[in-house]
Amino acid sequence: MKKIAISKKIYASILEHANNELPNEACGLIAGTEDENTRTIEKVYMLTNVDKSPEHFSLSPSEQLLTVKDIRANGLKLLGNWHSHPSSPSRPSAEDIRLAFDRSMSYLILSLMNRNEPVLNSFHIENGTSTQEEIYFTGE
Amino acid sequence: MLITVSGEKKEYAEGLTVTELIAQEKVEMLEYVTVSLNEEFLQRENFDNQKLNDGDVVEFLYFMGGGK
Repeated sequence: MKKIAISKKIYASILEHANNELPNEACGLIAGTEDENTRTIEKVYMLTNVDKSPEHFSLSPSEQLLTVKDIRANGLKLLGNWHSHPSSPSRPSAEDIRLAFDRSMSYLILSLMNRNEPVLNSFHIENGTSTQEEIYFTGE
Repeated sequence: MLITVSGEKKEYAEGLTVTELIAQEKVEMLEYVTVSLNEEFLQRENFDNQKLNDGDVVEFLYFMGGGK
């Protein structure tokens, strides 16, 4: 299982966007580089939650397409997606697991259940099972 | 002919359809995949008849979503 490296700056931008989207779930994509041990998030993309719901999210396919193109143009790799849980813990729900079709992705979940103590976790999801990936924070 | 699939240029037989490309690329969970051809999203019912041409750019995008 690979570790996930994320800068404090990128984490702060995810947190800010998720807070701005409350009470709805926020979502997006993460891109970066990876070696045999670590996935390093270099860029985060905020996408529209077309469900506009506090309990569900779906990424906009047209924004997904634009994002994939931008990721390639920046010489990066799509590493996964992220979404927020406004009022539930940072763990994949049954629906998150059922709809995680790409086992090559990391699935990051930011819980805002306790607004003063947000929690970000990352998961590998495959064959209906989720496994937590270690996240560590880097730099500013 | 050369087609760019998910950012990678590859050689394919002339006259290939989108359905045949999907099979060759072993795309899984097709019901949850959106296909774009030259930045236009394709309707699923057109996959069988949509022939690909040299220089085309195809993307397979998995649905990404979930819930609490």
